[in-house]
Amino acid sequence: MLQINSVTKQFGGIKAVDDLSFRVKKGSIHSIIGPNGAGKTTLVNMITGVYRVDNGTIFLDGADITNISTNKLVYRGICRTFQNLEICENLTVLENVLLGFDKYMDKGLLKSCFRAKSILDDEKRYKDRARHLLGLIGLEKLADQKAQNLSYGILKKLEIIRALGTSPELILLDEPVAGLNPKETQEVSELIKTVVADEVTIVLVEHDMKMVMQVSDYITVMNFGKKLAEGTPAEIIKNKDVIRAYLGSGVVC
Amino acid sequence: MLKRYNINRDILTLSAILIVAPFFFQNDFYYEIAIVSLLNALICVGLNMLMGYAGQVSLGHGAFAGLGGYIAVILGSRYGISPLFSIFIAIVTMAIFAFLISKPILRLKGHYLAMATLGVGIIISIVLNVEDELTGGSDGMSVDSFTMFGYEFTDSLQWYILCAFLLVLTIWMFTNLIDSPFGRVLKSIEGSEKAANSVGINVSHYKSIVFVISVVIATIAGSLYAFFSGFISPIEASFSHSIELVVMVVLGGLGRIYGAFIGAVILTILPQLLTSFEDYQTLIYGSIIIFVMIFMPKGIASVYEDVKGRVFASNK
Repeated sequence: MLQINSVTKQFGGIKAVDDLSFRVKKGSIHSIIGPNGAGKTTLVNMITGVYRVDNGTIFLDGADITNISTNKLVYRGICRTFQNLEICENLTVLENVLLGFDKYMDKGLLKSCFRAKSILDDEKRYKDRARHLLGLIGLEKLADQKAQNLSYGILKKLEIIRALGTSPELILLDEPVAGLNPKETQEVSELIKTVVADEVTIVLVEHDMKMVMQVSDYITVMNFGKKLAEGTPAEIIKNKDVIRAYLGSGVVC
Repeated sequence: MLKRYNINRDILTLSAILIVAPFFFQNDFYYEIAIVSLLNALICVGLNMLMGYAGQVSLGHGAFAGLGGYIAVILGSRYGISPLFSIFIAIVTMAIFAFLISKPILRLKGHYLAMATLGVGIIISIVLNVEDELTGGSDGMSVDSFTMFGYEFTDSLQWYILCAFLLVLTIWMFTNLIDSPFGRVLKSIEGSEKAANSVGINVSHYKSIVFVISVVIATIAGSLYAFFSGFISPIEASFSHSIELVVMVVLGGLGRIYGAFIGAVILTILPQLLTSFEDYQTLIYGSIIIFVMIFMPKGIASVYEDVKGRVFASNK
């Protein structure tokens, strides 16, 4: 589905991502792990068009999507969440989810000013759908709360729910459980599994190894911008290079 | 029916106030202050859309209003185009101008955006001062009377009705706009541009649209003011007028449609009330603004909302 062909990104003299290639299979959870500074988030930013790719290409279902901006990629079926929470705190929970449906909504200026029927109908239809999505994480009751009043854990889940509104084929989750407690982490894992069951492909960047090993179908390990290893969780856990990258290459007993 | 078209208690109250107000006007001076208040309120409602909802500051709206007014006036008096049509041309010209400058300027954020709009405003002000063959320079120029569909505006009451009608209409339209998906997009830009971008919103496109809307509203108000007062000078486009507008919006309440109206009315009337204090006028004026901002940081309209919230909460 997603095909990364030897992409490179350079910041000054540092190669944040260096000649990296891999493929993501449709309907799978593909994790990207690696020590801090390995270039994981840079990679996500390259795929979603935040950073320009210096070299290499990215294909989605055979179509070249290299350097297409984030908002246009949404129309190609790619959506992302952020490592640092990006929720509109001035909006309610429901409005944040409704934003996810934005690409389907009529936003004609005059129609909006005079409350045309199509605008009101759209709003009603997508409100129902947004409530349904909120139901997935048991948040219907908080729908009309301002987002700023909710806990970090809830907002992290809300971000994933918002992304689902765009009916993506591929979601990139950048550290969705960073800073969450074990219970919340478990809830996010469940959510991710529900999403994948709907034929959505997931690229997961995460540090929480327990979670990664639990949910992933396939893992790519990065270190210093390069691919260190790839395989199923069972293969990765035994891989000597990976162990060395994470635990250091000191005296091996 | 009323709910379908969002005709709520607030807009009805505003209309009622505007209808009743003239009965208390003792002379033309009252009308003049009222009309200036309404026109300032009109600009502020547009500016609030940009600043309060989309979160983009502009220190140039006084200049945009002034330039719009000049365009309408010059077309009318130098080229003999009818007032209504010259205002229309001014709107189109200013919309294009706003769209063109919005692309580079609205890429900037926070202080830098403030600096850039400030710069554009000052340039406009300088041009209006220097191009005296066209604009009459710092002396300004007199403006022919305003006619609409062959109907001449000579009486203050006519002006008052026109301005009040325009303001209510604009506020109603903007309430609807804010209530719609379009409004949500604007708020999301203030909330998090990254989030907006990630769900497919073309952030810079919407920033441009809202900027153009606010400049168009400023142009309408600016040109009507010129026709009403029968005179236009670069003071309308000065830096201090721009600042005054921003203060009105902030004092009334950012992101509160009626806040813009309240702020504009209060800050237009206040200096008139304070004239009896002579030398201390500015001091008192400044103190009141500081006082309001300390005790009502979200603006005067927020207090009204709190009270309204409590009243209706206790009804349940």
